[in-house]
Amino acid sequence: MQAALTLDLAPIARADRWRPAELAFWLIPVAAYFIFPDNLVLLTQIAITALFCLSLDLILGYAGIVSLGHAAFFGLGAYAAGLLAAHGYGDPLLGLVAAALVTAVLGYVTSFLVLRGADLTRLMVTLGVAMMLYEIANKLTHITGGVDGLQGMEVLPVLGQFEFDLYGKTAYWYAIAVLFALFCVARKLVHSPFGLSLKGVRLNVGRMPAIGAPVNARLSAVYTIGAAYAGIAGALLAQTTQFVALDVLAFNRSAELLLILVLGGSGSLYGALLGTIVFMSAHHMLSDLNPQYWQFWLGALLVVIVLFARDGVMGGLRGGQRRLGAALGRTKQ
Amino acid sequence: MTSYALQTRNLVKKFGGFIATNDVTLNVEAGARHALIGPNGAGKTTLINLLTGFLEPTSGEVILNGDTVTHLAQHQRVKRGLARTFQINRLFADLTVLESVTMAVNERIGIGARFWRPVGAYAEAVDEAASLLSTLRLLDLAHEKTRNLAYGKQRLIEIALALAMKPGVLLLDEPAAGVPTSESRELFETIAALPRDVTILLIEHDMDLVFRFADCISVLVSGALLTGGTPDEIANNPKVKEVYLGEAISV
Repeated sequence: MQAALTLDLAPIARADRWRPAELAFWLIPVAAYFIFPDNLVLLTQIAITALFCLSLDLILGYAGIVSLGHAAFFGLGAYAAGLLAAHGYGDPLLGLVAAALVTAVLGYVTSFLVLRGADLTRLMVTLGVAMMLYEIANKLTHITGGVDGLQGMEVLPVLGQFEFDLYGKTAYWYAIAVLFALFCVARKLVHSPFGLSLKGVRLNVGRMPAIGAPVNARLSAVYTIGAAYAGIAGALLAQTTQFVALDVLAFNRSAELLLILVLGGSGSLYGALLGTIVFMSAHHMLSDLNPQYWQFWLGALLVVIVLFARDGVMGGLRGGQRRLGAALGRTKQ
Repeated sequence: MTSYALQTRNLVKKFGGFIATNDVTLNVEAGARHALIGPNGAGKTTLINLLTGFLEPTSGEVILNGDTVTHLAQHQRVKRGLARTFQINRLFADLTVLESVTMAVNERIGIGARFWRPVGAYAEAVDEAASLLSTLRLLDLAHEKTRNLAYGKQRLIEIALALAMKPGVLLLDEPAAGVPTSESRELFETIAALPRDVTILLIEHDMDLVFRFADCISVLVSGALLTGGTPDEIANNPKVKEVYLGEAISV
């Protein structure tokens, strides 16, 4: 153990410590509540989409599984929580747990399809699964309401205490609390040996069996977890809007999510959150400014960010931090 | 009585009509420094891939420490003590050296799927990785990202990842490939210093290195074993000289 003594193990031992910037980041939702009290519905949507994006980051950013059908899990979770609430089981947390379980099962089962191929195959398989689910929900009108959406949800107060109000205050804090709790779990996950092995799979899948790692089991596990996260996000949307529209399963949602993650920067958890904030704020502001052609400007913004900031918003921030550090270093000399 | 660490029996691998491995029966003694040589395209890497389970043979058997492992997956053979390095680096570019080796140790000691406590909380794994790096004189690079390392150092990481498996049998697929001569000497000193209870099967093109290192040599030509023996026997074998015509064999 002579060796270990001469090496400073701090970089690996402290890798999971909370940094000041992270703590500062989590003040944003608190500040937003007071700065934009009239936009709580939008802010709640951002929190839910951020959780959805986090789930994609786990499977794509960490494990490298590309998906064009992640809305399958989001939608299934929304319908699971929605149907429960429409049939007299309106406890929100029960709805979340049910959504997580149902989507985890679907995630586990479909993971074996996803594992069979490489990237392009995976895009097709995930897309296919989502399309099938969409049409099933479309067809089963007596259960899902089809294109009219699922109505008649009665969501009980959170923890039996906090009733959902007209202003969306409860909905907002509920969504933020769930997002933060699941973020902390995801953070634990990515800093664990399991998370390290996922990075290993993404960086060099061919090497992993040679160091004794069962690659498929790891990928199945993370795909299942990612599915459950997406399901919970869907359930949150259903509960906070008390309605499930068919478009929870739409292709658009999957594609947009992929876009948000690339925009934010994948593989860092915070990229998913920042990407969602930037994308949805821009979406909101641009559609206000230019209701007819706002997508043009959104497209332009995406191109600019992806071209000039490698690894998205997170990459841009890291680059900025480095340059700032270098500049400060120069002025000191 | 000699015991064999690694054996094959009548191993055959066909790719369509092409026979890449042709009825190979190879015996590697426990503790041996066994080299596998042969001209380009002789099927050396295919044989390694069959031994490790990367490829499944068309027929024949692979036997590790007396047990048939022909149908075990790669990672299961690793668990039984069979580790390898790759001819072309297969490393984790964005991980630090210490993270990479710790990850390998994690898998060996069976904590690779733990998902709650952070990597650094499993001190036994990190310490072991650090001491392995120290043995390979890589400690000062522990916190460097693998992608920033010189090529010769990256070849050492290849070996470090395999050694983290605490292998009984180590397959080295051209460990010095692409490494300048000056650095390959250091590389081979490291390999030569490995404990004798590790059986080594080495594929190498540099005949100088092979004859200095190996106590037993097998010659593979067109997928089949041409001959095998001690370095002296191989050096004086007319058939081997014929295969290597034009290539100087110096002992």
